[in-house]
Amino acid sequence: MMYLKAFLVGGVICALSQVLIDRTRLTPARILSAYVVLGVILTGVGLWGPLVEWAGCGATVPLLGFGYTMAEGVKKAVAESGLLGAFTGGLTATAGGIAAAVGFSLLAAFLFKPGDRS
Amino acid sequence: MKLDRKEYQTLYEKKSPPTPSAKTIPAAFLVGGLICVLGQVLRTVFENMGLDKEAAGSAVSISLVFLGVALTACRLFEKIAKFAGAGTLVPITGFANSIAAPAMEFKTEGFVLGTCVKMFSIAGPVLTFGISASVFYGVILWLMEVMG
Repeated sequence: MMYLKAFLVGGVICALSQVLIDRTRLTPARILSAYVVLGVILTGVGLWGPLVEWAGCGATVPLLGFGYTMAEGVKKAVAESGLLGAFTGGLTATAGGIAAAVGFSLLAAFLFKPGDRS
Repeated sequence: MKLDRKEYQTLYEKKSPPTPSAKTIPAAFLVGGLICVLGQVLRTVFENMGLDKEAAGSAVSISLVFLGVALTACRLFEKIAKFAGAGTLVPITGFANSIAAPAMEFKTEGFVLGTCVKMFSIAGPVLTFGISASVFYGVILWLMEVMG
């Protein structure tokens, strides 16, 4: 059942994003940036948490979930260490994904030749 | 023929073929949904291995990022993305691809100024906005706590 919910919610988020791409001329960088910020806001006002409870990875795997993870991390860190937590929480919670993306990409750039895009 | 920007835009839109939304939207739904299901499967596996909720979440992100980079490296990502559009872009696999693709492509412009600089051409704004939003949110939470 959780798999079905993840499929539905994740699918709907991606379908809505496709509408944005088709109908507007927003570039991926803008859409992804907007999603991360939107994820922080929606988590802050208490809307994204319940969706994560309901749909699991359907709500956390899209980039909106990246914002959710940051917001949750900040919340926890502020509760534990006050103002310092506001600066450490977001990156601490998302460190795994960011470090993996940078590390693996660097490795890929080392190992693979840039191909011609014909 | 002289055209100002607006006239050019209308002509351009008239000439360019309409995006076949009837195809792209279901494709994005299907592929995006499947990536999230894969995430959920991985999450179940990691939780059964004894990881707590947060650690399992990080492990899912790392695994999907690895998948995104690996598919980019063997040039499969661009083929899937051509079909699935936002379905591969919006999940965290798209974030991974946005770093891996320029890292590989701009290798020819040098290691530092090519690979290392260009790998953040999309991830840079995403991280800047994300980090700033999280700091802003954190300061608000802290102020709310201090003022009771």
